[in-house]
Amino acid sequence: MSNSSRRSLGKAVDWRLVLYWLVLVGIGWINIYASIHSSEPASIFDWSCRSGKQFVWILTATVLAAVILFAVNPRLWEVVSVPAYFAVVFLLVAVIFVGASVKGSHSWFRLGPVSFQPAEISKITTSLVLATIMGKVGFSFARRGDFLKVAAVVALPMLIIIAESETGSALVYVGFLFALFREGLSVWYLVLILAAIVLFILTLKAGIWVSLGVVAAGGIAGLVVLLRRHRPRSRERRSALRLLLLGVVAAGLMALSTRVVFDKVLADHQRSRIEVLLGMKEDPAGVGYNVRQSMIAIGSGGLFGKGYLQGTQTTYGFVPEQSTDFIFCTVGEEWGFVGCLAVILLYVALILRIAKDAERSREAFTRIYGYCLACCLFMHLFINIGMTIGLMPVIGIPLPFISYGGSSLWAFTVMLFIFIALDRQEKKYF
Amino acid sequence: MEINNRTKVLGIVLGVVVAILVGRLFQIQILDGSYKRDASNNSMIYETIYPPRGIIYDRDDRVLVGNKVCYDILVTPREVTEFDTLALAEALGITPEFVRERMAYYRERRRSIGYQTLTFVKQLPVERYMRFAETAYAFPGFRGQVRSIREYPFDAGGNLLGYMGEVNATDIKAEPETYKAGDYIGKTGLEAIREKELRGKKGYHIFLRDSRNRRQNAYADGEFDLPAEPGTDIVTTIDAPLQQYGQRLMAGKKGSLIAIEPATGEILAMVSSPGISVDELANIGQHYGRLVMDPNRPMFNRTVQASYPPGSVFKLVNGLIGMQEGVLEPWYKYPCTRGYAYSSKHKLGCHAHRSPLDLTEAVMMSCNAYFCYVFKNLLEKGPTAECFDRWRDYVLSFGFGAPLGSDFPSELGGNIPTSKYYDRVYGARHWRFSNVVSLSIGQGEIGATPLQIANLAAIMANRGWYRVPHIVRSGEERFTEKHYTLVDTTHFEKVIPGMWQAVNAPWGAGGTAAAAAVPGLDICGKTGTAQNPHGADNSVFICFAPKDNPRIAVVGYVEGGGWGGSTSCPIASLLVEKYLTGEISRPALEERMLKLRFIDE
Repeated sequence: MSNSSRRSLGKAVDWRLVLYWLVLVGIGWINIYASIHSSEPASIFDWSCRSGKQFVWILTATVLAAVILFAVNPRLWEVVSVPAYFAVVFLLVAVIFVGASVKGSHSWFRLGPVSFQPAEISKITTSLVLATIMGKVGFSFARRGDFLKVAAVVALPMLIIIAESETGSALVYVGFLFALFREGLSVWYLVLILAAIVLFILTLKAGIWVSLGVVAAGGIAGLVVLLRRHRPRSRERRSALRLLLLGVVAAGLMALSTRVVFDKVLADHQRSRIEVLLGMKEDPAGVGYNVRQSMIAIGSGGLFGKGYLQGTQTTYGFVPEQSTDFIFCTVGEEWGFVGCLAVILLYVALILRIAKDAERSREAFTRIYGYCLACCLFMHLFINIGMTIGLMPVIGIPLPFISYGGSSLWAFTVMLFIFIALDRQEKKYF
Repeated sequence: MEINNRTKVLGIVLGVVVAILVGRLFQIQILDGSYKRDASNNSMIYETIYPPRGIIYDRDDRVLVGNKVCYDILVTPREVTEFDTLALAEALGITPEFVRERMAYYRERRRSIGYQTLTFVKQLPVERYMRFAETAYAFPGFRGQVRSIREYPFDAGGNLLGYMGEVNATDIKAEPETYKAGDYIGKTGLEAIREKELRGKKGYHIFLRDSRNRRQNAYADGEFDLPAEPGTDIVTTIDAPLQQYGQRLMAGKKGSLIAIEPATGEILAMVSSPGISVDELANIGQHYGRLVMDPNRPMFNRTVQASYPPGSVFKLVNGLIGMQEGVLEPWYKYPCTRGYAYSSKHKLGCHAHRSPLDLTEAVMMSCNAYFCYVFKNLLEKGPTAECFDRWRDYVLSFGFGAPLGSDFPSELGGNIPTSKYYDRVYGARHWRFSNVVSLSIGQGEIGATPLQIANLAAIMANRGWYRVPHIVRSGEERFTEKHYTLVDTTHFEKVIPGMWQAVNAPWGAGGTAAAAAVPGLDICGKTGTAQNPHGADNSVFICFAPKDNPRIAVVGYVEGGGWGGSTSCPIASLLVEKYLTGEISRPALEERMLKLRFIDE
């Protein structure tokens, strides 16, 4: 290695991303300690409790990050993306048959004391494959072949994960839509998703007739706009009319099928989680318990929180799954609104920094991968925090870098540092 | 769409989502206070600190009702692990069957009990609790809680003091903030009427608890704990030894014995016999059933709730009214022919004594005929009904006919009939003196409580006024105010020689209350023998002593005790002697009275 490249070795790394990672991981660690803290405290390094274990995970993740950053040629990722993708798909299928059953879903491999979820890695491989496909010269969503390929790459792991009864984790894949949108996917797909969500909620809350009425009203309004904008008998008008008709029929069918999907397709616990979220059912002792206790913990934090290790709700175990999926409760209770804001802004800074680096890169592969990473982080952030404050149904996905758990920490660290490595390689050109 | 626009859209999506999250956090953390409250409810246990109940003292600061510590044993069934049933039963002094039964009950109800803590055994004495505490480590889930229960150093005034019991639904409903199920409340007597002062105010310790209701540390090192406010002590007017002596004297007799300090209206002793002993009070649960079923009704406070004809002691009132109305002068003499013939066929009898008599002699010998003449003259001064109501007004001014307004619960007022009553019975203007002749001697349609009769003794002692008799020294105006009768105070001096003679006249002179005489005490008294439709006559006696500046006024009322001079009179005089001299100069009489038994107890 030449002298000049050694000098640039450190400089080219976006240390700011590394710093964000370190801070988030650190926040996670001390909050995991707080969440298992009780009136008879153990040391934060105690190997037998979660904070001690997380410390070991953090150390190993750091080693992993260093390896990715300094020992692996970033070119490798593009090369291995497709075989890795299929390997993970194989694991995703295999886990259904040989995986351990954890709370009703078959999505974990258990190897002695260590267990891991292939779905965590699948996000990385899916992102890599998407970057590979869409990074090819001449890729266009307008081409049917390209479009279908991309759709298949996202849908395949998603469907398998749904088959594992991890519907919540599958929801994260919806986030890839944003990355695809950045790469030229029509805005109508975003609108379609949004409309689907609104119609779903509207049908459940207000009934089928109201939501059909809204669809009809939307159709008429669209028609009026359309007739005014395009000249009569023009081709644009005809094709727009066809599109509108298609949209209205699709929306109508969606509304009509909502009940069937809700009642027949979703599992009982998923249905009740949604019912509780929409306020259609009170269940403070059952499904509603987690959310209620979590909101009490966060809500009681106030502006500045109760102070580190002073939270009554987290210390005395009122919030279940406190160190994993509901870790944000500890932040909310002990650090208050200010702490929550700081954590959220840290994520926003991380996401924006990734997007900025991605936008700046010369290689499409790096850019697309960066956006996929940002979208995954965004979805996890939104779903996880939204769940703890009663905005989203209870979906068991972790808060990246903060939640307790080796497989999640490793997966996100690997995912982030692949991007940092790719980004560093970019800068070598200058 | 341009690439720049697409990144902008993504930026907006991120911004909107972050705004939603932050907005929601702002709402639940800053705007909405309910989560903080819920968090407290979740994680804090308010453990009640029970205040010590106020102590009840007698007039000389002797403790009548005190407190002693005991322990309730609480159990949290969820925390109970396997334990040695026999060892627990032995430690708590209960049967193993009881333990098994309770544990089976908890198992059966485990769903509804959840993590709750329940009371396992109540009111364990300290010594017993200490034995449990030594081995408590072997019984996780069980712990003791300090309570205080009543203790009675003197066997004085069971009915007066009243007993404690667990609150009932009505009590809780009336004051839901104060009482919780399992709390104790004064049920009768002083405990009941002074409940508000005696009970004090509960406080609490705040402890943190975990999601399984296991108690953790004190919250904020107890900074927000509220100490209990002890109950207010109460000083009664009771003289404990006198009360005790009165109870001994009245043992085996049915009736009342009341002593009042005339100048203040303070009740020195108030015995309703048969009554409740303090041992029974302390363990009312065990005795309640028997006490309620007892035909002698020990729970019934005769001193204020029984209404009897006052009998001959009422002659004093009629004589006073006669002088006030100008129909009687002390030197008027009336004949007695072993009675008074109020019509050609009817005669109101009298005992044998010389005749005619003046007022002093009539009071001393309790001549019926004399007071028939007085009452006749009173009613025949004008139209009968008018005169009668006038007479009634006088009687009412002596505290008869309506509750005196004492601080005792459920005081009754007795009964003094009105002219309307006789109008109804006989028809307006169709009745006259001969129809109501019994009233001359305190018989007939007249009822008075022993307290009212005791009050008459105090009025005589004070020569014409009284303060409402009471048992708590509260300084309230209603107990310091002097009530004058409608009879001028000067007339009282004219009756008192008769009362003095009744007690202190030499043997053979015919004094009805000679049994009460104690040399040097100058007791003045008046006997009465009230006819009792249920059996032997009721024996009544009122007295006060000494004659000048009296310190005590007493009434004795013994149901079925025979004539006034035979039982009530010696009993009352013994009480007076005990109070004034502290000793008894007539041990033989005392012995006879103590042994006298009319009822089985």
